[in-house]
Amino acid sequence: MRHTLGVLVENQPGVLSRVAGLFSGRGFNIESLTVAETLEQGVSHITLVTTGDEMIMEQIVKQLNKLVNVIKVIDFREVRFVDREMALIKVKAEASTRAEALRIVDIFRGKVVDVSQNFFTVEVTGDEGKIQAILDLLSQLGIVEVVRTGKVAIARSRKNSTKR
Amino acid sequence: MKLTGAQIFFESLKAEGVEVIFGLPGGVLLDLYDEMPKHDIRHILVRHEQGAAHMADGYARATGRVGVCLVTSGPGATNTVTGIATAYMDSIPIVVFTGQVPTALIGNDAFQEADIVGITRPCTKHNYLVKDVHDLARIIREAFYLARSGRPGPILVDLPKDVINAKAEYKSPKKIALQGYKPTTEAHMGQIKRAYAAIGKAKKPVIYAGGGVISSNAAKELKQLGESLRCPVTTTLMGLGGFPAPHELWLGMLGMHGTFRANMAMGSTDLLIAIGARFDDRVTGKLDEFAPSAKIIHIDIDPTSISKNVKVDIPIVGDCKDALKKLLQLVKESPIDDLEKVRKPWLDQIQKWKETYPLAYELKVDLSKPQYVVEKLYELSEGKAIIATEVGQNQMWAAQYYHFLEPRTLLTSGGLGTMGYGLPAAIGAQAAFPDRLVIDVAGDGSIQMCIQEMITAVENNLPVKVAILNNQYLGMVRQWQQLFYEKNYCSTCLKIAPDFVKLAEAYGALGLRAHKPDEVEAVIREGFASPKPVIMDFVVNPEECVYPMVPAGAAMTEMLLA
Repeated sequence: MRHTLGVLVENQPGVLSRVAGLFSGRGFNIESLTVAETLEQGVSHITLVTTGDEMIMEQIVKQLNKLVNVIKVIDFREVRFVDREMALIKVKAEASTRAEALRIVDIFRGKVVDVSQNFFTVEVTGDEGKIQAILDLLSQLGIVEVVRTGKVAIARSRKNSTKR
Repeated sequence: MKLTGAQIFFESLKAEGVEVIFGLPGGVLLDLYDEMPKHDIRHILVRHEQGAAHMADGYARATGRVGVCLVTSGPGATNTVTGIATAYMDSIPIVVFTGQVPTALIGNDAFQEADIVGITRPCTKHNYLVKDVHDLARIIREAFYLARSGRPGPILVDLPKDVINAKAEYKSPKKIALQGYKPTTEAHMGQIKRAYAAIGKAKKPVIYAGGGVISSNAAKELKQLGESLRCPVTTTLMGLGGFPAPHELWLGMLGMHGTFRANMAMGSTDLLIAIGARFDDRVTGKLDEFAPSAKIIHIDIDPTSISKNVKVDIPIVGDCKDALKKLLQLVKESPIDDLEKVRKPWLDQIQKWKETYPLAYELKVDLSKPQYVVEKLYELSEGKAIIATEVGQNQMWAAQYYHFLEPRTLLTSGGLGTMGYGLPAAIGAQAAFPDRLVIDVAGDGSIQMCIQEMITAVENNLPVKVAILNNQYLGMVRQWQQLFYEKNYCSTCLKIAPDFVKLAEAYGALGLRAHKPDEVEAVIREGFASPKPVIMDFVVNPEECVYPMVPAGAAMTEMLLA
């Protein structure tokens, strides 16, 4: 099973290496990993997507918590959360396919951020399903290159989640 | 007043109560060593940095205090890696200080530069590169705290040359603020109660204790618990000494070379009480058939140890001592009814197993048995020695035939299995206890891995006694070749060997040899009586095997008995 974890870490040299080294050293998988600073100075947030059964996930969470520079691990198996990913997609856009490309981008509320004679670069944001869907559609026109950010995730706040 | 990094280093060590450093100087450490004579701290000069790390480790295991070593950059630092990994696997508190090239040169492939922080990241509990002298006192403080608290372990602190020279006010922080590090030391009372309820229902309980009992100084509580529950006790290699071996409830060590009764008891227990142990593969064997009918209680300070290999029914995170004290309180408040009667069938069964297959070997007149040598060491030291071991057959025979009475009397590389560990570890322990008898039970293979430290023992008047069980083989590997590879003794024969008696003499130590069983006792007596470091070379049966033995991957009840 695939799972998403949020990891708050002290923003110090080598922290990322400790986290990545933990996964490689113990044979855990990293499917994606994103890191950026938080509002709190000196604290960074890592969103990590990994796979494993119940016992492995428990180990991963515990092992992460054991790292001295890890302040907190948010196990998104236990809380409702929102996750998003951004992709930059370079797609063929020749005279015959431009209109179709634009329509698809529009349906997915993406943006064309760079245009050249034969290509569009498209920015699209969404959950995994949405990114996969637009990739599937655009691939029919010919995708040249895709760069994805990997997932970021945040817990839903309680008030909002009850309203929904 | 501002102090140099070197001065801050020694002030900080003093504040931590450090009395001895095991080390070897080098280019980037010149300023530190220049400062050293001004401070009241003992420095033991090693001959190889691996020895320094093992000595700090042996010192830590024997005393319970943090062991310290100091080595130079590059090769000095990388030479400690085996020692650090050894301490890491066995959760031993040491702090390793490594010199580093000046900060401006880091990353430039400078002379004697190694990224030791990067190299040791996976085998330290935590490590630091000190980039600013103003952080030095805080980092040293944190390093010692991290090393000894929670699940102990090795910490490495990398000290660039310019940081050692730079000046700052010396202020040791009063409080340690590590926001990501808060080990759970107090056991949860609710879990303790659940555990005791399970104990009350158990018919065939077994206590399985490990090194955690030693490191939390809980041997007294373990004995009380075993006795008050009339519950048989087995320990891992790391737990030996945590329960007195002559005790009626003692099962002996369990695992691959454990006793018949310990492994059989594990196979039929209905309640396993694991205390400060980590379900290592040498203990569990085939996981599916490990304690198949048991409910499992697991007390450990490290949550990652719980349900790592074996699913646990009642986890208790906390310091072993605290958990055992709380458990003992419950036993006192509501003792189990008719305990003697309830336990009798189980203890009878264990007695039967003990009588069926006790630890045994066949004595011969013409050739010493290694087991006999260890038994004699036990007898003539009255069980009071501190025993260090190398790794392999010598280690297993020491574990089986030296009957440990007290905690912190066995220094052995259990997790990493480091040959070459024993001699330096013994020297480290002897440095802490100059008046105690410290013996390194060695093999002729492993003793050669750190033999250079003999001169360290001689120079510092540390009269360690090395007992080589000399079978002219890398014995344990040969045993596997003998049993599982049709005696294809490829690269395990050590017939071409140094003369260990002459070698001892060359180092200025005493060298003794026993060719035959009837010479063993005299050699041991003479060795013990000498004020010098001693190498005792015991010529033993070359093809002796360690039994019982559970083949790798088999269930623990499937033992080869001879």
